[in-house]
Amino acid sequence: MTEVLLSLKGLTKAYPGVVANDSVSFDIGAGEVHALLGENGAGKSTLVKMIYGLVKPDSGEMLLRGVPFAPSEPRQARADGIAMVFQHFSLFDALNVAENIALGMENPPALRDLATKIREVSEAYGLPLDPYRTVGDLSAGERQRVEIIRCLLQDPKLLIMDEPTSVLTPQEVEILFQTLEKLRAEGTSILYISHKLEEIRTLCDHATILRLGKNVGECVPAETSASEMAELMVGAALTPPKRGNRDFGAVAMDISGLSVPSPSAFGTALRNVHLTVRRGEILGIGGVAGNGQDELLSVLSGEVLTQTDAVKLGADPIGHLGPVARRALGVLAAPEERLGHAAAPDMSLTENAMLTGATREGLVKNGFLKWAAAKEFAERVIEAFDVRTPGPENAARSLSGGNLQKFVIGREVLQRPEVLVVNQPTWGVDASAAAAIRQSLLDLAAGGAAVICISQDLDELMEISDSFAALNEGRLSAPRPAEGLTVEEIGLMMGGAHGMEVAHV
Amino acid sequence: MIRLEKRPQPSRAWSLATPLIAVLATMIAGGLLFALLGKDPVEAIRTIFWEPLFGEFSFYYRPQLLVKGAPLVLIAIGLSLGFKAGIWNIGAEGQYIMGALVGAGIGLAFYPLEAWYVFPLMVIGGAFGGWLWAMIPAYLKTRFGTNEILVSLMLVYVAEQFLASMSLGLMRNPEGHGFPGSRNFNSYEGASSWINENAGMHWGVVAALIAVIFAYVLLNRHMVGYHIRLTGEAPRAAKFAGVNPARLILFCLGTSGMLAGLAGLFEVSGPSGQVSIDFNVGYGFTAIIVAFLGRLHPVGILLAGGLMALTYIGGDIAQSNLQLPSAAIQVFQGMLLFFLLAFDLLTNFRISLGKPEVA
Repeated sequence: MTEVLLSLKGLTKAYPGVVANDSVSFDIGAGEVHALLGENGAGKSTLVKMIYGLVKPDSGEMLLRGVPFAPSEPRQARADGIAMVFQHFSLFDALNVAENIALGMENPPALRDLATKIREVSEAYGLPLDPYRTVGDLSAGERQRVEIIRCLLQDPKLLIMDEPTSVLTPQEVEILFQTLEKLRAEGTSILYISHKLEEIRTLCDHATILRLGKNVGECVPAETSASEMAELMVGAALTPPKRGNRDFGAVAMDISGLSVPSPSAFGTALRNVHLTVRRGEILGIGGVAGNGQDELLSVLSGEVLTQTDAVKLGADPIGHLGPVARRALGVLAAPEERLGHAAAPDMSLTENAMLTGATREGLVKNGFLKWAAAKEFAERVIEAFDVRTPGPENAARSLSGGNLQKFVIGREVLQRPEVLVVNQPTWGVDASAAAAIRQSLLDLAAGGAAVICISQDLDELMEISDSFAALNEGRLSAPRPAEGLTVEEIGLMMGGAHGMEVAHV
Repeated sequence: MIRLEKRPQPSRAWSLATPLIAVLATMIAGGLLFALLGKDPVEAIRTIFWEPLFGEFSFYYRPQLLVKGAPLVLIAIGLSLGFKAGIWNIGAEGQYIMGALVGAGIGLAFYPLEAWYVFPLMVIGGAFGGWLWAMIPAYLKTRFGTNEILVSLMLVYVAEQFLASMSLGLMRNPEGHGFPGSRNFNSYEGASSWINENAGMHWGVVAALIAVIFAYVLLNRHMVGYHIRLTGEAPRAAKFAGVNPARLILFCLGTSGMLAGLAGLFEVSGPSGQVSIDFNVGYGFTAIIVAFLGRLHPVGILLAGGLMALTYIGGDIAQSNLQLPSAAIQVFQGMLLFFLLAFDLLTNFRISLGKPEVA
């Protein structure tokens, strides 16, 4: 390694009940792409928040080019040449690119000068972007460009990127990597946070692996196999979900020519969607976030009603039926947003079990609620899906994201669905819980149910799907057998590079 | 440094304790206020809280508690259903007036017939009048998406004009020597809501108690109540659970209008006695405060209605006995609300002393 840019020494940060970072030390070299690898909850975010001045370490120190460095707020970190691209963009949809960038600056120049500067920087780094376009019209990849350019305008020495590829198609990832390569060639260091091992093997010079807040190993990704890194990250060899032999039965759900206008100004309209899923089949639906996933789930769950025969269960049209009637027929769903959509945050798990279980589990009689039966159902979900909670009387918001997700999925799976629709079933869930959730979906399909799994995690979809389709701007590609699909083909189904120009490096 | 930390879940113990703490804090702060005004604080607090219940003239004041508390509780119970679901009926005063007018109109139409069915018909009319008046904002909201806060509030002023017109015109007592106001129901036995006037018992008290039980069962044991709570806490989850928002709006506004209308009918045919220009004294607005004092919980509302009635009556006594200015009494009542809402914070947050944590 050449010169060291940033050196972390024994950084420790504890929150009530959990040590987020336990004496973490490593060095980031100048002009190096350094990967920070770890599962959800391993402490990656806390660590970079300390570097970016959002969180103060309890102990330990940082040296920036050998000089002690302790930013008390992000402004100070930025002044010292540290920039960060967050996973969730902080952009205003209704403003244009230049206005958004100006909002994040301390002394923004006149908008016209800024626009010129944005053009210069964007061309220099192969990130073409029109400063006068409204952000609401941009694709996820282009929004990320706005965030990156916002950082590059500060001329950073260290660029922190938090899971940058989670919102990109494979082709867009390719373009991003070319930009990062160019930055590296110019001597900018990059701290690259991810749990996608293949990406790290392609891009990064060095990797630090965190597990439960501790630095459990470093490696040179190009010389280490993905499975070795995975084992370091998880701490144990993972058993991948087993899929039995499956015979597909009759068509369970059939959607044809479904078009639904966008529910809000920046939502996505569904355009002429066709899909069929058979009994025993898992249909994986990929796509970059915001391309109609939520809308598709609402149409399937019955939250949004459509023409009667646009959605069919077997041969019966159900497009006009609301969620309760569909549940009675065996069409169940688990939305992406756990708190506030799939579950009511302040209500107990028993009350949340009532939320979707009332009809199929017989928790209601003549309009009166059988709380004892609901509690018993909640306990069954907790037991069967290993939900870590003191008991069903606890509020949904007191559970960790992963545990609540297990509850939400378990609640539907245990109701013996005919058709189950899930959106992002393992988002923010640790590896072992994610494996358990995937296994339960596979078991469900093996038992003869049809499963539609909407997800942005392509690895997940490849692991469990029998057929694969992708959503792109509200259109669904024709489903294809999942086996034998290449990353290239999947990327094209997801919309390729969305018309973004390739970096001119 | 003092910080607030969100509790993982609402504390039951605190939600029961905070109203008591708030009453104590009001007594202390109110005592200070009265002391600054040169009155004996202990005497003033005793007059407000003790005198109406156990004082020398409590035989007179205790029935007054029922008379003042019943309409507050009845209206507040109805409002609380909507408030829990995020449906804001601010116009209970108007529904109260319209219920009174329709119910009284039926009674006056039958005058002087003494028959068992006159009063039940008036009750149905009262409920219908309030319900109908609340259906206007409900229909406009479900059909055109208008704001129910504005529509229901503005309809209060329309109802007041109706009341003025009725008491000066159509419903004026033909034997009243031209004075405004209708015949007095206290001299029309078959149409009076009194059960025992000396005890302060009228059918409104009975209705209020029934409403408390009804609301409790609805909210805790019935699907409609569950949907109301779900809609208030997580609207998207409610939609996912299959709640029909339009139907819920019609139900909540309709029920609250109906109960307000009933309260108006019981008042006009009992304690107030006649339809007159100013028979409404703002119960419909005060009930909003009562609903929140009671944390939108049926039993809480029952207690809050009693407490509110107590401070009104006690405040009146303090004004006449101790020459406290009425503004001071109003400040005192305001303090009570303030402390209740402020201490309410402790249900969801805990106070911790220590170094601030940046997250």
